[in-house]
Amino acid sequence: MNTLAKWLIVAFLVTVPLWLGNQYQYHVLIMMGIFTIGAMSLNLLLGYTGQLSLGHVAFFGIGAYTSSLVSLGFDLQLTDSYTFVVEPKPVWFAFFCALIVSGLCGWFVGKLSFRVRGAYFVIVTISFAEVVRLVALNWVDLTEGPMALNNIPPLASGVPWMEAGALSRRVANYYMVLAVGLVAFLIIQRLVQSRVGRAMIALRENESLAKSVGVDVTRYLVLAAITSAAIAGAAGALYAHYVRIVDPDVFLFIYTVTMVIMVISGGKGTLAGPLVGGLIFGILPELTRGHMLPEVQWIVYGALMILIVFFLPQGIVPAVQRGWATWQKRRDQSARDTSASNGRRQEVAR
Amino acid sequence: MTLHMTTPATTRQTVLTVDNLAVHFGGLVAISDASFKVDEGEVVSLIGPNGAGKTTAFNVISGFLAATKGVVAYKGRRLNGLKPHQIADAGLVRTFQKTSVFGNDTVIDNIMIGLHRRGDASIWQTLLLTPKVRRQEQALREAAAEILDFVGLGHRSNELAGALAYGEQRLLEVAVALAAKPSLLLLDEPACGMNPTEALNFRNLLGEIGRKKITVLLVEHNMRMVMGVSDRVVVLNHGRIIADGPPTEIQQNPEVIRAYLGHGPKHA
Repeated sequence: MNTLAKWLIVAFLVTVPLWLGNQYQYHVLIMMGIFTIGAMSLNLLLGYTGQLSLGHVAFFGIGAYTSSLVSLGFDLQLTDSYTFVVEPKPVWFAFFCALIVSGLCGWFVGKLSFRVRGAYFVIVTISFAEVVRLVALNWVDLTEGPMALNNIPPLASGVPWMEAGALSRRVANYYMVLAVGLVAFLIIQRLVQSRVGRAMIALRENESLAKSVGVDVTRYLVLAAITSAAIAGAAGALYAHYVRIVDPDVFLFIYTVTMVIMVISGGKGTLAGPLVGGLIFGILPELTRGHMLPEVQWIVYGALMILIVFFLPQGIVPAVQRGWATWQKRRDQSARDTSASNGRRQEVAR
Repeated sequence: MTLHMTTPATTRQTVLTVDNLAVHFGGLVAISDASFKVDEGEVVSLIGPNGAGKTTAFNVISGFLAATKGVVAYKGRRLNGLKPHQIADAGLVRTFQKTSVFGNDTVIDNIMIGLHRRGDASIWQTLLLTPKVRRQEQALREAAAEILDFVGLGHRSNELAGALAYGEQRLLEVAVALAAKPSLLLLDEPACGMNPTEALNFRNLLGEIGRKKITVLLVEHNMRMVMGVSDRVVVLNHGRIIADGPPTEIQQNPEVIRAYLGHGPKHA
């Protein structure tokens, strides 16, 4: 994708609130943006290091809980006599706490699985997500368990002109999601298009060879896990301050699946893949909602997924890229043929 | 045919020493007791019938396998217990018996991965895309193109590595290893599967590598190549070293002939 196209897309996204007037449409866009950020973070692990994290929602949920708890304040009874108290903190501070805590969890999972790959990595991540969900469900003193954390302050709290109506709060949320999304995209892009990214791809393509030329694969796997987890945590924090209620259901497996589908269908290991996948699977359910019963809707959703995986196993973006390359080659070829046959004709005429 | 100059042995310094190496897989003894050394700038071939333990020895030296007993040292530094990437950092870089490239990457990107050790941009510099990072990236790309020209794959740089012909993939493997700037290159059957022309070109390339002052430890079945390029040949049989000496001497060694060369017409 060339630079001009990128800037045009950014400009388009920035000007969306100029013509979008409907609260519901904002809601769809914001949720889509949040999950696309999640998908982007997953793509760093799955697409570039080749490790499938099926517990990715754990980082998302940890981000959501951390940001909520820090902004609401909490107290933690550590011993009989000592209680650790955190007063409510500003939302921006809570957001950074979410980044750090989920990043640390990513480091932990990355370290834990330093010698497991493939199926075993998948199992480690699933288990991690399940453990975190159980903690969130049962540590009622801290997380309120199934009663959920309520009244989480919105992102824009404290900014006067944004506290007015529900619509402008949505606009603020939209811009926050957009900003975080752009930063996340930039971070991932710079990482994967550098020496670091090559090391990650080397791990995916041929781990033994990577080691033999001096790539410390564990280091780069851990680095990818930290970055990926922190970005997923950011998405979770955005989610928490947007819907303003967080319960253990944020750890549902279906959210991980949604992110995996976005990455796989869009094209794993490409920068644009998760964006395209996020666009399709973020908007599609909303588009079909008006015309179909929920049951039919899920069937259509599933069928589309199967079709994409069946016909475009590499994902949409690589397929489009390949189609474009073939088309260009054919065009060059036919141009050459025409000029060649012209030349021949001239020779015959002579 | 001598492809490179043999300097007098007295001026050479021993770089790699393998002392009383033993490798057991459970009850199976892959290497029972092997000691040999490689001097700086030498081309040493490790030969022996299939299953003699050559690749096992390679795996131990390069850190992919732990030795049951014995010491491997490079330039006075003990390698036992180091991870493969640390051993690569020490200057020992290996290739693999089975063709091993980054198949879904372009040829030039394969080399760029091989050049990993030559970059040193920190993660923050990378994220900020500082001028230093850009310069380094540019320098690496030029170095990669140079290496491709050196092995004669310059015209293929934008193809996918997996789409190359077999012989070219084997060349690429060596190029990736060279990119990692080895002082000792461990080549595991690099000419296996090459046609005679490719093998001849490869032999010339080995000569070029020798001229770059890179020490080479070679495992190879192509006797014509082994006898042509080696300064010294180490013969392994049933996990034991049965001979160690210059090619001409090895060819006359009755035990080697019995174990290895005795069953057919002499090749060299």
